[in-house]
Amino acid sequence: MKAAVIVFPGSNCDRDLAEGFRKAGLDVQMVWHKDTALPEGIDIVGIPGGFSFGDYLRCGAIAANSPICHEVKAHAERGGYVLGICNGFQVLTETKILPGALLRNANLKYICRTVGLSVAESQSVFTRGYEAGETIRIPIAHHDGNYTADATTLDMLEGEGRVAFRYTDNPNGADRDIAGILSANRRVLGMMPHPERACEPAQGNEDGARLFAHLTDVLAEA
Amino acid sequence: MKARVHVMLKDGVLDPQGEAVKHALHGMGFDAVGGVRQGKVIELDLAEGTSEADVTEMCEKLLANTVIESYRVELL
Repeated sequence: MKAAVIVFPGSNCDRDLAEGFRKAGLDVQMVWHKDTALPEGIDIVGIPGGFSFGDYLRCGAIAANSPICHEVKAHAERGGYVLGICNGFQVLTETKILPGALLRNANLKYICRTVGLSVAESQSVFTRGYEAGETIRIPIAHHDGNYTADATTLDMLEGEGRVAFRYTDNPNGADRDIAGILSANRRVLGMMPHPERACEPAQGNEDGARLFAHLTDVLAEA
Repeated sequence: MKARVHVMLKDGVLDPQGEAVKHALHGMGFDAVGGVRQGKVIELDLAEGTSEADVTEMCEKLLANTVIESYRVELL
């Protein structure tokens, strides 16, 4: 099972994300944003957190138009798996791989702390390690995590079971407490919280490890 | 030639920065301020003959996120 982690200028969670994939048994290759192709045989693409291109213009907007993102979009359209965390989620909305947008936090503050997440949907490769309705604790670290979309899109996401995680105590003003969403085929997950920062005892929290734990079995079935 | 692109959050999209500026103005005694919306202005230096359609395409593809923002193009 092969994972690619995209690295932009300003990415800062790329190594943590690679470590999360490795611990789950995946081979990981780092891929620079100027590359025009993904390595052969990539099963899942990880788009890490950070401040790609200094968050200039809009968070994720410039990254979304970098050469590798055309390949990531094609990978997603072919039914490939993609995990975008924090800035990676912003990139996924800017590329329109996932609907909606991430606005400035409603209280205008950069928030860096561990929050409660309710698992809204366990039917996906990323969330099958959790029980639906279970509350887990995962760190957030963002200034622009206030998820928004029009009411029709929000209703669609809820109706199709595509809201993966909700905040138990909404920190940023996100519509309907949404912390993470899935694509229609459930193979793309974008989320603001950082599961890769909660993967081993040294991090003081292992709730994030279960998000990575089932990648290999499901990818093997594919 | 130049173009100036004005990008604003759409009506109905919460603008917390605008709200903060409004509160600051009220704190300074400017009670006449009923609302503040904050946007951005992007100036483009362009080759002569660049069409408004080209600038519109730039807006659609990069300069504005039309999920949350509206834009207006001014050719100078």
